[in-house]
Amino acid sequence: MIVRMSRLSYRYPGSEDWVLKDVNFEADAGEFVLLVGPSGCGKSTFARVFNGLIPHFYGGELVGEIEVCGMDPREHPTYEFAECVGFVFQNPENQLFFTSVERELAFGLENLGLPREEISRRVEQALREYQLAELRDRSPYELSGGQQQRLAIASVMVMQPKILVLDEPTANLDPFTAVRVLALVRRKTIEEGVAAIVIEHRLEVALPFATRMVVMVNGQIVDDGNPAEVIARQKHVVGRPQALELVERLIQAGLSLEVEKPSPEHIALSIVRAYKVGEHAARRKRGSPG
Amino acid sequence: MLHEGNVVVQVRDLYYTYPGGIEALKGVDLEVYQGEVLAIMGENGAGKTTLVKHFNGILKPTRGQVLVKGIDTRHASVAELSRIVGFVFQNPDHQLFADTVYEEVAFALRNFGYPEHVIESRVKWALNLMDLWKYRTRSPFSLSVGERKRLTIASVLAYDPEIIVLDEPTAGQDHLQKEKISEIIHLLRLMGKTVVIVTHDVEFVTEHVDRVAVMARGKILAVGPPQRVLCDPRLLREARLVAPQLVRLSLILRRHGILNEGEYEWRADKLAPKLIKALRGGADGGSPGI
Repeated sequence: MIVRMSRLSYRYPGSEDWVLKDVNFEADAGEFVLLVGPSGCGKSTFARVFNGLIPHFYGGELVGEIEVCGMDPREHPTYEFAECVGFVFQNPENQLFFTSVERELAFGLENLGLPREEISRRVEQALREYQLAELRDRSPYELSGGQQQRLAIASVMVMQPKILVLDEPTANLDPFTAVRVLALVRRKTIEEGVAAIVIEHRLEVALPFATRMVVMVNGQIVDDGNPAEVIARQKHVVGRPQALELVERLIQAGLSLEVEKPSPEHIALSIVRAYKVGEHAARRKRGSPG
Repeated sequence: MLHEGNVVVQVRDLYYTYPGGIEALKGVDLEVYQGEVLAIMGENGAGKTTLVKHFNGILKPTRGQVLVKGIDTRHASVAELSRIVGFVFQNPDHQLFADTVYEEVAFALRNFGYPEHVIESRVKWALNLMDLWKYRTRSPFSLSVGERKRLTIASVLAYDPEIIVLDEPTAGQDHLQKEKISEIIHLLRLMGKTVVIVTHDVEFVTEHVDRVAVMARGKILAVGPPQRVLCDPRLLREARLVAPQLVRLSLILRRHGILNEGEYEWRADKLAPKLIKALRGGADGGSPGI
């Protein structure tokens, strides 16, 4: 387990109320954890615990057990997590500082004191992977929302973190761009074993990529598990995409469907399979001597 | 449902070039009918927001013409047009500024010179409608994101504009807030308002609008009922939009002969019975298709 938290609670300085209450959470390499819950439920606070922004930057009181990449964020300064935890905010402008895309990507690596060749190798790779090569000399502020979001993720990914925490990464993106950004994140979890913790309201966009779904309400984790099953239990809190409602209605009608992933395409294929099985059985029945 | 004779906004061959030289609109023609709910969709940077900013005169045409209730926006002030067209911005914080929730809603009414007793009853009506009267003495900034969104809607509703423009009303909103916004749009429809929604949210659009205008690269590619526009894969690809979930699913089912050509249902409660029949039909040796 690359993240381990047990009975974790937190309150902001000067506040009586606990924002996180007795949170138990673990994440393993390669997981894509979709974290959802009503606005104000503590998701963003939770995300800021991973790299020690809480408590180092925000102050307050953090109690319970926590281990991220083998370290307790309370005992290590935030910069020690730079190589372990990548954090991307909802609004990418908040984390872009430099005059060019290339500088933006190189900055963190220079800070790590990596050799020049290694820096340029990683920067070139990121420019390619995130389709930023043509924009390398542009100012980050001139880029479109989707380009900025790709740059924000790329500038975090060049550090090769083991954990990627994304706080509503697609809130300002059109669906097409949103899917592309999340697909990139999923690829990192598969190819490089990155553990991704993704906060997202748009289930229909994020669900197909999630290996696991966690629901937070009022500072507590109220559900954690297989995304389709979690949605079936928590639809009153998190909503339910139309495609999953369809699955539920078909299953209620007594049809057996095996849905591999909660995307419309996967669901359609499982319906096609069920249809073919039915057709096949009917043909055999007709063919058999009566 | 549409009163085609009653055009409230007429956009004729509209071009707009930003002072920096970026040509955001390149010959847009559009008619908005009285009492309809119209969605304007398209990828980031397609020109959606630039277009609607012409409706209340914040932007003036570089070329072409925009008529609002017959008034040419080039010859009218923003204040004058604002009484007809109320604008709810994507980020409520760009719009809120008063010390209390009450004052926020009263502000525009005072500007329009209504007598105090009218202001009082209008503010009370609008805040009650948005379920915010209980917060009337609080600072707008102490409200949650969803509540702030509703407050901006209340302050627009209070002065009773005929046309209401909502820019990305569901972006970054959780499930419950989205439900509330659905109810609000339903309410506006009952009040006979003309509603223009700029949005990326295809699932929301399929449920709530009469017509969709699809934009790409400063032009309108198509206008029509969502049943037609959002089921056209070629058009959606060109506009870089993603089809509603059940449309994506139906496309695959059609390819396998489970649904007939041209057949779509995007509500699970409508599609499920059809599929149940088809799947059972298959088992009884029924005909392919429905």
